[in-house]
Amino acid sequence: MDYQTLQTLWFVLIAVLFTGFFLLEGYDYGVGVLLPFVSKNDAERRMVINAIGPFWDGNEVWLLTAGGAIFAAFPNWYATLFSGFYLALFLILIALIVRGVAFEFRSKDENPRWRSLWDAALFIGSFLPALLWGVAVGNFLRGVAIDASMTVVGSFFDLLNPYALLGGVLTLTLFTLHGALFLELKTDGLVRERVQKITRWLWLPVTVIALAFVGYSALETDMFAALNIVEILGLVGAVAGLLFTGAMIFTKRFGRAFLGTGITLVGTVALVFATLFPRVLPSTLGAEFDLTIYNASSSEYTLGVMTVIALTLVPVILAYQAWTYWVFRKRLTAQSHLEY
Amino acid sequence: MDALTLARLQFGITTVYHFFFVPLSIGLAIIVALMQTQYVRTGNEKYKAMTKFWGKLLLINFAMGVVTGIVQEFQFGMNWSEYSRFVGDIFGAPLAIEALVAFFIESTFLGVWIFGWDKLGKRTHLLAIWLVAFSSTLSSFWILVANSFMQNPVGYRIAESGRAEMTDFIAVITNPNVLLQFPHVVLGALTTGAFFVLGISAYHLLRGRHANLAMFQTSAQIGMVIGVIAVLATMGFGHAQGQRMADTQPMKLASAEGLWQSEDPAGLSMFQIGNEAERTSVINIRIPSLLSFLSYNTADGMVQGINELQAQYEAQYGPGDYAPPAIWLTYWSFRAMVGAGALMFVLGGLSFILCRTNRLNQTKWLLRLLVLAIFLPYLANSTGWMLTEVGRQPWIVQGLMTIDQAVSPNVTVEMLAISLVGFTLIYGLLMVADVYLLQKFARDTGSESSAPAPQTDQPKTALKGAY
Repeated sequence: MDYQTLQTLWFVLIAVLFTGFFLLEGYDYGVGVLLPFVSKNDAERRMVINAIGPFWDGNEVWLLTAGGAIFAAFPNWYATLFSGFYLALFLILIALIVRGVAFEFRSKDENPRWRSLWDAALFIGSFLPALLWGVAVGNFLRGVAIDASMTVVGSFFDLLNPYALLGGVLTLTLFTLHGALFLELKTDGLVRERVQKITRWLWLPVTVIALAFVGYSALETDMFAALNIVEILGLVGAVAGLLFTGAMIFTKRFGRAFLGTGITLVGTVALVFATLFPRVLPSTLGAEFDLTIYNASSSEYTLGVMTVIALTLVPVILAYQAWTYWVFRKRLTAQSHLEY
Repeated sequence: MDALTLARLQFGITTVYHFFFVPLSIGLAIIVALMQTQYVRTGNEKYKAMTKFWGKLLLINFAMGVVTGIVQEFQFGMNWSEYSRFVGDIFGAPLAIEALVAFFIESTFLGVWIFGWDKLGKRTHLLAIWLVAFSSTLSSFWILVANSFMQNPVGYRIAESGRAEMTDFIAVITNPNVLLQFPHVVLGALTTGAFFVLGISAYHLLRGRHANLAMFQTSAQIGMVIGVIAVLATMGFGHAQGQRMADTQPMKLASAEGLWQSEDPAGLSMFQIGNEAERTSVINIRIPSLLSFLSYNTADGMVQGINELQAQYEAQYGPGDYAPPAIWLTYWSFRAMVGAGALMFVLGGLSFILCRTNRLNQTKWLLRLLVLAIFLPYLANSTGWMLTEVGRQPWIVQGLMTIDQAVSPNVTVEMLAISLVGFTLIYGLLMVADVYLLQKFARDTGSESSAPAPQTDQPKTALKGAY
């Protein structure tokens, strides 16, 4: 493989890692956001938390790996993005810290105040990143003020523009719907009934927000400037997935509805990355300052080494993570043994 | 304070804090895996009770290590973007590989282990904890590969763009530095786990109120045997690292020893009060020739001092201050680490001898000291890293890049202050919660769940929440 092929391959690989992250951690963020709304007592809350108990940590590693892969394959992307989105990432880090600890700590003490403290941590720790990753993606598409030294010169508040905020609302609501459908498949009793109700009245707002975001993208970004085939497939997949989800929710076929939000998330990531390509972070100060896979990447040698390692390992990871979903496939009921 | 100082402070605080949890996770995971192996091999319920008891403490600690580790991965880009650009071609690779080979296995199989007790066969379930132990050890290898490049850069070239680029992956991962640092760190982790188990077992032997005391008798024995062997081996690898340091990072060695002037033969300082402004010592009690002997295995040999090295580096790299900013810190860190190690060896060895002659349970003063000795590995781990990292200053990558060139240019003092205060506050609160839970479960007498016979699966606690 030549240098340009390697650079493109790593762009695709990072898109794949983000897809895994949105698809998997998306539903467990959603479950965290839903926690206060679908469970009314401790037993129900534990059912909700245990529904994602065996999976959330493995899901989060998709994000950590995406971060590591960006560092290894595109150091300038990593440096510009992480220093440029400083306060947003700080908030995400705080959220992920309290959230991760909450899973393990919450049920290890009987005190109701202790438990409601960690329930709050779970909610906030899921709500904030679900919102902020959408804000981040909106800004990826819109571009940020990158100068000639590849440094972001804008402030935190520049990131909070209406377009990016709408992106945040989209990921927040879409992840919540995705999480609600996951819970529908994993829980029982009253929790399940409440979740079903929520999917019914969440679907329409999510669809409207998604379409609004696509429309807004036409104004704010160059998503539609020169549509390529991947963009078209991603857009069609995302919209079709949502419509399919709606049809399945209202005919009570929730497994298929979950598949539908999954397709929407895959389509969305494909659309975003295909719009960006070959840029990784556009500059609002001029196209000559855009970060691209060419000016941000590692050397050919490093990309080559990393390609061998990643292509060997990713299939293995997929295999054993899929196996865990098989092991813990059963729906939780009031009689289930709960670990969290 | 300026941005650089705040960024350094933040790295120091978050890293030392992260490393409170990592060694116990690695060491205790291995010990729990050994206990569960005994259970699966013998079917003895005592080992199952041990696995559950120590496993619970492992999980509480593990969560803290995982979440504070995320900060570490993000921090290089957030606070040290110029560093990330300069070394990303080399430094990013081990971090990405760490995530791919270690984090995925660790997180996935930890979930399998926690939730798989009654869903998997005994052997498959045992495999899960071994995979956790293996992958968290492997994880430390990759992060130490990255760190070793900062101590002793190998397998790279400086490209036309000015950044460092990898030319030899195998050289990077077989860096002579990491080949000593990795066993030193992993054995230190095992020491941490062992003294944790030994200390808490001593607590229960002392109080004698636990429903299943036999479990702590066995745990104490496991802890002391692993502890004594591991601490001795840790010291051995540490000594070898010191000898390498004389070669590759003589300034770090000189500042660890508070050696201002070159000497041949060099004496080993036992207690020193130095004057850092004048770069001389005020009081210095020394053993003649010992430093030369420790460095070269011979009675003489030149050990370079800080002042000579400073002159030499100025000639080599241009004007600047090439000594670490706080010699007292490197000097006392080194002594605290070695002292803690020696103390652990004595305490572990003593308890082993008394245990062999069946007198351990009566020797209350030793049991009390063993409880306190839980903190010794933490002291040694933290001071060890302080020596390693502070002693490398002002370099961020030895000989290639100094710390002031590495910081993010666009991150302001205000932003750094917000994140520093935020992390410190959250970390402080989490420490309170963590210690609360650890002591709660460590002191648990096990009386509610089991009479004399150690419990098997208790459906009673299914919804009451053992964990």
